[in-house]
Amino acid sequence: MGEARTATRNRTNTGPGRLLIAVYLLFAIAATSRAGLQIATKFGEAPVAYLLSALAALVYIVAAVGLARAGAAGRRLALACCSVELVGVVGVGVLSLVDPELFPDETVWSQFGSGYGYIPLVLPVLGLLWLWRTRHDPA
Amino acid sequence: MTAAAAAGSPVDGILATAAIVLSLLVAAWALVATLRHRAPDRVQLIGLAVLEVALLALTVVALVALGGGDRPGEPGAFAGYLVTLVCLPPLAWVLARMEPTRWGSAIVCAVCLVTPVVVVRLQQTWEVLGG
Repeated sequence: MGEARTATRNRTNTGPGRLLIAVYLLFAIAATSRAGLQIATKFGEAPVAYLLSALAALVYIVAAVGLARAGAAGRRLALACCSVELVGVVGVGVLSLVDPELFPDETVWSQFGSGYGYIPLVLPVLGLLWLWRTRHDPA
Repeated sequence: MTAAAAAGSPVDGILATAAIVLSLLVAAWALVATLRHRAPDRVQLIGLAVLEVALLALTVVALVALGGGDRPGEPGAFAGYLVTLVCLPPLAWVLARMEPTRWGSAIVCAVCLVTPVVVVRLQQTWEVLGG
């Protein structure tokens, strides 16, 4: 029983975690529909940017699932996704400033996610902090 | 261009403005609840319900305009934003009910801050000309 209580307190899918999942869901919806539309209607214009959007969308979906599942596997999944996101948003942010030719059309991660209020930059950091805060999850 | 330009945008009027203002009010109320460590209250849930009604009315207006032959500047994106828009208040509602703590109020606040952005994007996808 004591174990169950600890588990509840440290679960990634309650409290602030649920807010995080909600924001991840919003970004999953935004990125998925945008990427889907771009790939369906004008893939030839900027294939790299659109594939990157699709990848970002996938990462947001899997991160939300990982946080919501809350077990050891879910945590690993979320950790991997948040890391990929952080690397992605910083990497693409730098590249899009250094060489704008590389991404002729906007992606979620261009200019460090400025098109989305820099939330793509903040989100993985919050995700990693949250995973750190709940690291004693016995599961 | 002719019909759409003459009739104006169906998603840019008193209804859209009301939805934006209402959404921001609910967001502010939910923010206060979050800061006071309060779970989502009736005001937030009723606010979400009224917001949903306003958004559905906006959708009906848009569909009537589409039925009348008007066309948005970016039809695909317009449809995507419209569908997303009407899903937002129910999403906030469900998550808020799942989380009866201050964080439930925080979720309502976050979703109600996103909703006006989606309304504005919806208006932009209607108005893009010659795109």
